[in-house]
Amino acid sequence: MAQLQTTDFMDWSGSFDDQEIMIQNTAHDWVQERFMPTIRSHYQAGTFPMELVPEMGELGFFGANLPETYGCADINNVAYGLIMHELERGDSGLRSFASVQGALVMWPIWQYGSDEQKQKWLPKLASGELIGCFGLTEPGHGSDPGGMVTRARKDGDNYVLNGAKMWITNSPLAHLALVWAKDEQDVVRGFLVERGTPGFETPEIRGKLSLRASVTGEIVLQDCRVPAKNVLPNIQGLRGPLSCLTQARYGINWGAVGAATDCYEEALDYAKSRIQFDQPIAGFQLTQQKLAEMVNEITKAQFLTLQLGRLKDRGEMHHWQVSLTKMNNVRMALEIARSTRTILGASGIVDEYASMRHANNLESVLTYEGTHEIHTLVVGNQITGIEAFR
Amino acid sequence: MKIVVCVKHVPDTETKVAIGDDGKSLNPAGVKYILNPYDEFAVEEALKLNEADGDGEVIVVSVGPEAAQSSIRTALAMGADRAVLLTAEESALMDGVSIAQVLAEEVKTLEADVILTGKMAIDDYGYQVGSMLGELLNLPVLSTARELTISDGKATIVRDIEGGKETMEAPLPCVITAEKGLNEPRYPSLKGIMQAKKKPIEMKEAALTDGGFEILEMTYPPEKPAGRIVGEGPEAAAELVRLLRDEAKVI
Ligand SMILES: Cc1cc2nc3c(=O)[nH]c(=O)nc-3n(C[C@H](O)[C@H](O)[C@H](O)COP(=O)(O)OP(=O)(O)OC[C@H]3O[C@@H](n4cnc5c(N)ncnc54)[C@H](O)[C@@H]3O)c2cc1C
Ligand SMILES: Cc1cc2nc3c(=O)[nH]c(=O)nc-3n(C[C@H](O)[C@H](O)[C@H](O)COP(=O)(O)OP(=O)(O)OC[C@H]3O[C@@H](n4cnc5c(N)ncnc54)[C@H](O)[C@@H]3O)c2cc1C
Repeated sequence: MAQLQTTDFMDWSGSFDDQEIMIQNTAHDWVQERFMPTIRSHYQAGTFPMELVPEMGELGFFGANLPETYGCADINNVAYGLIMHELERGDSGLRSFASVQGALVMWPIWQYGSDEQKQKWLPKLASGELIGCFGLTEPGHGSDPGGMVTRARKDGDNYVLNGAKMWITNSPLAHLALVWAKDEQDVVRGFLVERGTPGFETPEIRGKLSLRASVTGEIVLQDCRVPAKNVLPNIQGLRGPLSCLTQARYGINWGAVGAATDCYEEALDYAKSRIQFDQPIAGFQLTQQKLAEMVNEITKAQFLTLQLGRLKDRGEMHHWQVSLTKMNNVRMALEIARSTRTILGASGIVDEYASMRHANNLESVLTYEGTHEIHTLVVGNQITGIEAFR
Repeated sequence: MKIVVCVKHVPDTETKVAIGDDGKSLNPAGVKYILNPYDEFAVEEALKLNEADGDGEVIVVSVGPEAAQSSIRTALAMGADRAVLLTAEESALMDGVSIAQVLAEEVKTLEADVILTGKMAIDDYGYQVGSMLGELLNLPVLSTARELTISDGKATIVRDIEGGKETMEAPLPCVITAEKGLNEPRYPSLKGIMQAKKKPIEMKEAALTDGGFEILEMTYPPEKPAGRIVGEGPEAAAELVRLLRDEAKVI
């Protein structure tokens, strides 16, 4: 199988099997040929290329590691990670779309849903016919979601939801929202709220300077009546949303390596062809140092992430390992994006080049799905046995 | 319909190839291989024909080293049903006649309605195998198709000719070679890739005969000499014209 010709200083891809390589190639080729021609205009306009959603569904990019019974491809977690790597090489907004759909909406329905919920929603989410979103964060509760104030009151065969969710990827586009709220016993439960339910509104958040090719909104719930059969039956407590985040962060960790690689390759190309002081700037020690640091960081992140994937495939991955990898990879990618921008000089500030778009996107990635600081505290907690959140 | 597609495993166009120590073969080290792009058009067309039909079978046949399985898997992941790999050493694969003979022997046994292949392989630029296959099977050949329709037991193709288009028709079974533009090959879907793992590839040794020719030598193209700037602005035009006429002799 012909491996992708990309940054691979230590034969990282040498341990991929034929399926993994073929899957990475499919995702890579699709992103480069179908998505990249659209990104600049969508980024400027603050929109997502919705016309590509059916193709993504057809190719199997949504919930790709879930079983075939629900129309998914049932690929392993390394191959899944490679898809995220290629999507985010394109744009973090593209990877975010797939992460939310697959890891934050499909995965919890598959893991915690009833048979009826699975049959009803999963195939349509897999094909992209339906779009989902995940509502955990609130205006007053971000890093500390356990403090959420969104409430669900039981009323006969329904729950009545009241509250507001903030910074919700895809909420304005979604047909289905998985909303986390506390019931009358103060237990966090997951509710599948369908578009069109009275009292469910999703205003868009405007003015973002990051992740512009991804639509972000609020979820406003005002006496929103949801049938009790739309509650995820098999999960109670904060562990529910946190376990979903572990799935999504797993994909982010691969994605960050993809974004970093795109930047590094841009920096390398540019440095080899840009002449100043009568020679390519790649020939200056200061530039070589930047490039060498980049390839060093990417190489380390590749192996860290691959190990995480092999652990997940063996069913041995722990959430603190995901936290450590997110800490490492996202910061690494952000630094590489910024460093690439400097190598590009003034060219680096226009959208003909990708690094500044990646850098801006990665500011969101550094914050969402657990901020860099919170993941540091998760790792700190794991190694010391002492919680330092409060 | 039963459609046979003949495919070849070739070095990726993006790979920098190096000449081997013997000076007459490629050094395989570090070379990445892909499904020959023209054969990809042929596979896509076969799949489309059968999808329109609602049934049928697409069988991929290749002559190549065991490593060619990876390119065959690409065709299977796109949707072909099964494959036959006639194994041969890489070094024995330069002669179009012997490859066409081996393919013809195999294709005969498959009794296909249509035989598709790329117009050429991008490694040796032979342009031979498709046409020879038709000859050896005693079937009509429609070459370099940019459009293909099949109805009433006939294949009709449109191909580009100097300054226009030509429409040709032949009764089935026949051999059709694919030109760029025939279609947009699909991306293998993840499900397709997973299913490809379970599809059979039958392996047999190819009985290749000695080719009618021998490769004597391979050399790199000469280094391009540095360009020359004859001057700047309108004053330079006359000198440029003189050089193009007297020195380069192109005008
Ligand atoms: C583009 C985008 C998309 C998003 N999509 C979604 C989505 O789909 N669904 C969803 O539910 N949420 C989503 N979020 C929300 C995201 O998860 C939150 O922004 C994140 O959890 C941080 O919360 P906050 O913004 O309220 O920051 P805060 O929690 O207010 O944090 C502010 C700062 O304080 C620091 N901090 C907080 N607590 C501590 C502590 N104990 N010790 C040290 N430092 C601390 C943080 O690290 C941070 O630097 C998205 C966010 C963005 C930007
Ligand atoms: C928004 C904006 C407004 C501007 N306005 C003006 C203006 O009004 N007037 C004007 O004249 N210019 C203006 N500039 C141009 C600006 O001054 C140049 O961008 C700057 O001098 C860098 O040049 P460059 O972009 O060509 O990068 P390059 O010189 O190509 O540099 C590319 C990279 O190579 C590095 N590099 C270059 N040489 C070496 C070396 N010897 N050793 C190590 N590293 C090296 C640089 O530090 C940089 O990281 C503007 C630029 C911007 C972005």
